[in-house]
Parts: sequence; structure tokens; C-alpha cells
Amino acid sequence: MLELRHIGKAYANGQRVLTDLSYTLGDKEYVSIMGESGVGKSTLLNLIAGLDTPDSGEILIDGITITSLDDDAATRLRRKQFGFVFQAFHILPYLTLRQNIALPLLLNGAPRKLIEERTTQMLGEIGLHGRGQNFPHQLSGGELQRVAIARALIHRPKLILADEPTGNLDSDTAQQILMLMRTEIKENGASGILVTHSHATATTADKVLVLTKNGLAPIESAHTKDSHQRR
Amino acid sequence: MRNGTLSSWLLLGEWKAHLVQAAVVITAIALGVALGFAVHLVNTAAINEFLAVTKSLSGQSDLQVRGTQATFDELLYPALAQRNGVELANPVLELDVAIPGTTGDRKNTTLKILGLDIFRASSISPNLIGMPAEDRQFDTLANDAIFLSPAAMEWLRVKRGDPLQLRVGTQTVMLRVAGGLVRTRAGQRIGVMDIGAAQWRFNRIGELSRIELKLMQGINHDVFKAVLTQELGGQYLVIETADQEARVANMSRAYRVNLNMLALVALFTGAFLVFSTQVLSVVRRRHQFALLRVLGLTRRQLLGQILLEGAILGTIGSLLGLALGYVMATMTLSVFGGELGGGFFTGIQPSVHFDSFTATIFFILGLGVTLLGSAAPAWEAANTHPAPALKSGGEEAALMKLETPWPALACLALGGSLTQLPPIFDLPIFGYLAIALLLIGGIALMPRLSALIFSAVFLVVTRRSATITTLALTRLANAPNQAAVALGGVLASFSLVVAMAIMVTSFRVSVDNWLKHILPADLYVQTAASGDTRGLTPDEVKVLSATSGISRADFFRSSKLMLDPTRPSIVLIARPIDMTDPGNTLPMTDEAIVPALLPKDAIPIWVSEAMVDLYGYTLGKRLTLPIGVSASSFVVAGVWRDYGRQFGAIQMQLTDYQALSGDLKVNDAALWLQTDVTPSQVITSLKRLPFGSALEFSEPSQIRALSLNIFDRSFKITYLLEAVAIIIGLLGVAASFSAQTLARTKEFGILRHIGVTRRQILSMQAIEGGLLTGLGIVLGFVLGWCISLILVFIVNPQSFHWTMQLNLPWKGLIAVALVLLVSAALTALVSGRHAVSGNAIRAIREDW
Repeated sequence: MLELRHIGKAYANGQRVLTDLSYTLGDKEYVSIMGESGVGKSTLLNLIAGLDTPDSGEILIDGITITSLDDDAATRLRRKQFGFVFQAFHILPYLTLRQNIALPLLLNGAPRKLIEERTTQMLGEIGLHGRGQNFPHQLSGGELQRVAIARALIHRPKLILADEPTGNLDSDTAQQILMLMRTEIKENGASGILVTHSHATATTADKVLVLTKNGLAPIESAHTKDSHQRR
Repeated sequence: MRNGTLSSWLLLGEWKAHLVQAAVVITAIALGVALGFAVHLVNTAAINEFLAVTKSLSGQSDLQVRGTQATFDELLYPALAQRNGVELANPVLELDVAIPGTTGDRKNTTLKILGLDIFRASSISPNLIGMPAEDRQFDTLANDAIFLSPAAMEWLRVKRGDPLQLRVGTQTVMLRVAGGLVRTRAGQRIGVMDIGAAQWRFNRIGELSRIELKLMQGINHDVFKAVLTQELGGQYLVIETADQEARVANMSRAYRVNLNMLALVALFTGAFLVFSTQVLSVVRRRHQFALLRVLGLTRRQLLGQILLEGAILGTIGSLLGLALGYVMATMTLSVFGGELGGGFFTGIQPSVHFDSFTATIFFILGLGVTLLGSAAPAWEAANTHPAPALKSGGEEAALMKLETPWPALACLALGGSLTQLPPIFDLPIFGYLAIALLLIGGIALMPRLSALIFSAVFLVVTRRSATITTLALTRLANAPNQAAVALGGVLASFSLVVAMAIMVTSFRVSVDNWLKHILPADLYVQTAASGDTRGLTPDEVKVLSATSGISRADFFRSSKLMLDPTRPSIVLIARPIDMTDPGNTLPMTDEAIVPALLPKDAIPIWVSEAMVDLYGYTLGKRLTLPIGVSASSFVVAGVWRDYGRQFGAIQMQLTDYQALSGDLKVNDAALWLQTDVTPSQVITSLKRLPFGSALEFSEPSQIRALSLNIFDRSFKITYLLEAVAIIIGLLGVAASFSAQTLARTKEFGILRHIGVTRRQILSMQAIEGGLLTGLGIVLGFVLGWCISLILVFIVNPQSFHWTMQLNLPWKGLIAVALVLLVSAALTALVSGRHAVSGNAIRAIREDW
């Protein structure tokens, strides 16, 4: 699904964060990436999403080299194939919840009927049925992040990128959100990459990877898988 | 994007949340378009009506022959009437005749009377033929009959059969109102008489004002005109209808163009307001736009979205402005006629004509200004990398591009160099461009300047200032771009107000000084108001001079000369001039030839500044003038300042004039009184003279007060337009501060978390607002002063052909500055109060 080939990236100040990074993410695979601050986790997500370009190497999404696309083409690919969940929820404050969730389908030019149906369905799935006309300021942090998850999945993207999605939430709410996200990713047949500092958060994914100067390395994969199977 | 649904969601959402900001932008554009459109409509209606009135006087002739002086010998008429190629020649005597008992300016004290040959005029000017009563058909030829237009009858309060008293020199002429005219323009005041009767009654036997020619079919007008001009020589002008229209248009063109430019100032200020509001609005939504980019909105779509927002606001503002402008123009014309203060269009009744082409131009201007104001922020937002923009704290980075000083310096340099270029078509086009560039450059330089200034103030002040002041200064020093954007509106409006105020004050003080210089006598005497038929005979001059109590009497003879058929006539003033130092008599500029060095073989004349600009009458130039029968040689002996006659004036010794022309009549007298004699005593003595009832008296103080009153009246529209620019500037301050405060809700939340009280945050807001506006006022003053130099030393001389001294209206400027300062601090406080009224926890958890 996603293939990283020898990715290298340095910050504008010259500090090198990623060196010769390679990894292949399979279809419907859900991995988490941990690592120290400044190691390049968010940078890696931005590179995958086509929001930034690597200094060297290639990134392929379903065989398409995203690094060779111009901004418009990368944007169109992102619009169709990706879903995003951020630490800060980034819900547009002056749109209703329905409108916020429907944004990706609108951008993809989906028919109005489909937009209505999918939005209603997603609102139900995230437990906010009947609150579609509410505005963001009427919701708690946990509820806002649910809306963000619904927005990330409504257009059935192939890859969900989540950057510290529970960083702003208490532990109970965080667990609920992570479970919801996992469920939704799995039910929608998507792949996912979850970037986090938290070990507990990371273990909600199928596989935990650690990003270091030497690249991505899996840890506790079997245990993590088992623990999820037990859940 | 699906059918604009997302677009409309984003637009409606934004406007619903920030309705006031949208309303401010719409209001600013609407006001700017309305003022520009209204002034244009009024001026166009007035000039069109004025042209129509002028055309109605000249009828359907192909050519006109005029003298360079007001009248010429009628012997020319038979020669022209019998000339090959002429189908019909129509002789006309046109006079502005004084109405006894009226005071004020010429247009309100004289009646235009045409003396026509009814048999010839009925072919060329059928509308101007009198309509006698059925039982008095020969009144059209009667020597006591005058036919008046409805407007003239209404103005003079007479009807058919009533007597009408008119003044000729010191004599009274009684005429009978014999009826109306076939057709005249609404508001046109005019009387028509038989030409022979007019010549006799107004002491113009053997004189004509013009001969209108209708040429035979197949005659080449250009060739005929060229041959006739050559044959007639320098004493006559052969004029086409187009020349006449050009002359009428030239009369008021500079005034109209300057007024239009002034009206556009409001729109120009509005452009800065739109820019600052849109910039701050885009900065506030920086994260939101970044999210939309992440979710799949392309750069072009985002650019289009922001420009669409500006376009919709601009469209609404422009349409409202057009409607408002039309209503304003209609009201102005119905209340004041076509007269906006310039004095060119009194006595006509124009009506507004909605011109879709002009409306489209103003609509495009309004829309263009809004799009221009939105373009830079939209471009910046579309080209921002979405990933870093999603993080907090990038607001100042978004405006980093503003910090580069080079475009600003380039604008200033280009503006400076444009001031050296000459006018185009007698209009200071480059002067206006220089002002625009100076303003744009000055405002664009603000981020760099404000960073430098506030950093310096920060270093000096913070060592001993309170925490809140330190916080306010830190922000202003470290985030200069946002501050500079807020400064743009203040700077644009205040600098323009400063420039206009300095220009008007300089003009007023110069006019006042000029009046003091040209009115040295104790008493001034005129013969019954103004008009072409006034004048004192040599006998009356002798009697007047010998009146007791008068120590010295100077007499003046003023008449008109037409030197160029496409320009209004100039004024020739003959009077005694102190030859030892002409500066004692005339308000000279520095240009003068020492009397001892004047050539002996030429008659000296002193010309106004307009003569130098319009006719090239430079110092020392030898020339001929159509005075008297033979063409004499004159030399320009000096240049004097004249604020009374924009189209040019020449002064010469009365003795020279009388010797050349043989015209011994005079119009006005300046009287110096013996000591211990009061003006009222002399006035009483003069009124006892046989012609005393025909004399009018003014003391210098009265003339000065009247002149300054006219000056102030003519600048009222300027003050109104300035006031609107200030209102738009204040709207800009309000919009900028509220936009900034909204963007800082999170910052205020953080401050409250760490222990800063609401009151302290409000103080900080007020200090920031005050400091920012204070800087805006100081820099606005400097910028305004520079612009005023262009207005005073370039735009005015190039438009109106007079120079003036620079004078600064300190009191008025300080008052406006204080109003701006207090308003800005209050606005900052009010918007700050709104920002800190919410929950601090919520503010800090706000997504954006």
C-alpha cells in the first residue's frame, strides 16, 4: 500500500532527521510509530501525505510515486486516499458538525445523497447521532476528536494518518477514542499510521514501530497483536 | 469542489461569525464608490447642461467670428455676409448687463442679453426668437422690448408687460418685458432684444460680439476657416463649435478633475482598509486554510475561495455605493444645482443622468480595489506550506514578506522622480501618481519602521516600566507586521487628511496675504455691480477724484481678451502701476525685470502665473497683443500672483492702455482718504454726486471677508470628503483592532492562566492601541507633509497655475490626531473587553 524507499530529510536549519529510511506498509495494516521528540515522526507523516518533500528517496502509494507529483496532483491524491487525525482537533469553528464531517466528500465531489447518508452514518458510529447541527464550541475535547475521526474516514480513504490523536485527552477518553479509531479503520478497510509518544497508545495498533536515527524497527509486535486479540 | 457548496459553507460561516468585519469592508467600499460616483454624476450633469446652454446661445452655425476683445466694429458684418461660400451671416451682440440692487458675484448680478437680427437669427437660432403678444407682433423689433426666458422672469420677478430696469455705466435703462422665448434650457437666465435696439440702449452703437456663419453646402470648413483667419489677422478669431466646447470644458476641467481625485481618496483609503482587514482575517484563519489544504483543497481553489470572498464583498459594496452615489447626486443637484463650490456652474439646473458606462467604471473600481486588497493575503495563504501552518505561532511568519523594504523604497523613489515630470493636457497626472506611490511606499515601509522604532523604545523604556507596558512593547517590537497592518488604515487616512489640510490652509493663508496686498486703499468704488456695460466717463472720473476727503484715486479699466479660441478669455487690467517698484502695486513673484532695465521700444506688461503656464508669456518675452488698432510690441516685465483669475490676466499702465485703445472709460476706483476722514463720510459725499446712486462701495475688510467666505464655501466639499476619509480611517482602526484581538483570544487566555488580570489585559490593549496609533499619527504626519508638498508645489500650480506658500494648520491637525488617538484606544479597549469576557480555559483550548 505504502512504500518508503531510502528516505532522507533534513530540517531547514540543516539538522538531519531521517536517513535512508525504508519501510513497506501492507494493505489494511495499522501500525504505530514511537520515538523521541525531534526524531522526525511528524516529519515522516508530512512526507507520506505529500505535504513536504524528502531530500532523497521515493514514497509510493499504490505504486504512484507521490514525491514526483506536483502540488495539485499531490493534493488530489491526498483528498482521495488519505484521512487525517491531529492532536489539536482542527475542527472548523463556524461549520456545524455535519458540515465538518462532510468536508472530504464535498472536496471529492460526491453526490449530495451520498454525503447526507455517509454523514448520518458516521455521526452514528462516533456516538453523536442527532447532534449534527451543533457547533464545535458546544462539544467536549473527546467529542471533537470523534468528529475528527469521522471526518478522516467518511470518504473511505486507503490510509489514515494520526499524529498524537489523544495528546489532548484524558486517559479514559483517550482509550475510547483509540478504540473507536481502530474499529473504524478496520471496518472501513483502511490502513493506518499512528504517531505517538505514549506506549499505551501505541499498543492499540497492530504493530509498534520505533523511529530512530537508524530507521524504523518493530518492537513487541507479537505481544501487541496478542493483546489486541485478547481485547 | 462540489457545486460551490463547500465554498458557500465557508463564506457564510465566516461572515456569520464575523459579520461586523464584513460590514466594515462593505461600508468602506460603498462610501468610496458613492462619493466618487456622486461627484462625477454632479459634475457631468453640470458640464453637459452648461455645454447645452452654451450651444443654445450659438445656434446651428458652422463658424463664429469673434474679436480678441469683447466687441468689434460691425463693419465686418457686410463683408462677411457677402463673402463667397457664406449662406447666412448672423450678427450678435452679447452683453452681461447689470441688474440694479443686486450684490454678490457676477453670475448673480448680471443678466445675459443677446441682441439679434430676428430675420437672420430665425434660421440659425430659432429657439432664441422672442414670442410677442398676439396684438403686438412688432415688439420683436421694438427698441424698448426685451424677451426673457422663464428662468430670467422668475429670477427678476417680472411677467409680460412689466417694466425692467437695467444699468448701463452710471445710467439707468428702462425696458419692457414683451414676452418669452421659443425654447430655453431649464434654469437658463437670458434676455433677447433686437440688435439695433440693444446697440442703442447699451451704448454699443456699431459694435458686435460675434458673427455666426452658416456656410453653403460643399464648402470645405477647414479651408474656409484657414483662409478667413489669415485674411482677418490677429484682431479676430474664427471659431468652430468644437473650439467652443473645448473652451467651456477647459474652464472647469482642472476643478472637476481635482474634485474627482479628491472623491477617489475615500476609495483609496478604503483599499487600505480592505487590505488590512483581509490580511488580518486570513492570518486569523491561517490554520483553517492549512487544514483545508491538508484535506485536499488545491492552492488554486484556496486562492479562488479568498478572492471570491473579496469579490462578493466588493460587489455588494460597489452596488450599494452606486445606488447611494446616485441618490446623493440627485439630492445635491436638487438642493444646490450643479454647483459644488467651484463657482463654474451657477444659474443652471442640470438633472442626473444615469450613465451605465460610468457606473460600470466605478463598479469595476470598487470591485478592483477590494480584489487588490484581497489579492496579497490570498496569494500568501495559498502558497503557505500547510504542515507548518497547522501549528500555532505562525501568524507573524505569514506576514514576514511585508518586512522587506525594497518594494516600498522603490515606490518612494519612483514617486519622487514622477514629481519632476510636467503636466499632461494641463493636468497633474504624474503628481497624482506620485502621491499614490508615496502613500503606498510609505505604508509598505511601516513594518520595518515600526519594528525599528518599537525595538528602540522597548530598549529604552522597559528598564523602568511596568510589566504590562513591557508586554505591550515586546509584542509591538517582536510582531511588527501585524502591528503595521493595523497601522495601514490610520496612516492612509491621517496622512491624506494632513496633506489636504496643509494644502487648504496654505492656499487660504496665501489668498489672505494676497488680498491684503492687492487691497491697499481705504475704499473701493464700482459702478452698479458688474457687467459689460458699466464704466465711468472721463468727466465722471474728474468729478469723483475731486470729491472732498479723497487724497488719492486710482482708476482701473478691466476688459476681456480672447487669445486662444479653445481657452476661456483672459482679463486685461489697466491701472496705474508704480514704475519705481511694481511690487508696491502688484503681488509679484520673484520674477521681475528691474524697471531701469526695461527696453524702451516695448510697452511693459505684468502677467499672472497662469499666463506663463498657458500662453508661454515668460519673463522678458516680446509679444504683440490685440489692444487698439495697431499691433504694438509688449514685453513681459514681471510675473504676479493671481488667485482671482485662473485662466490668466495681464496688467498694464492705464495711460498705455488709453493711448493704445482710445478707450477712456474706467470700471473701478481705489480711493485713499485724507487723515481724519472716515470711509462713511466719503461714501455720503459720493452718493450726492449726480451719478452717485449708480455707485457701489466696499471697504477692504468687506472685500476680504467676502472673498474668504467664497473660498471657504468652495472648499466645503473638500472638508466633507476629508471627513469621510477620516471616518473610513477610523473604521479601518476598528476593523484592524477587532480582527487582531479576535486572533489573540488564545494569547489572552494564556496570559490569564499565568496570572494577568482582565484589567491588565485591557490596559495592555489600550497601551498597544495608543502606541500604535501614536506612531501612525507621527508617521502619517511626515507622509502627509511630503504629500502636501506635492499638492502645494506641483498639483496646484499645474492645475490652477498659481503658486502659494506652505502653511501648517497645527491646531486642526492636533485636534484630528487626538480624535484618532482616543478613538483607537477606545476601539482597542472595546474589542479587548470582548476578547477577555469569555472563559480563559475555553480560550486556551480553542482549536484555532
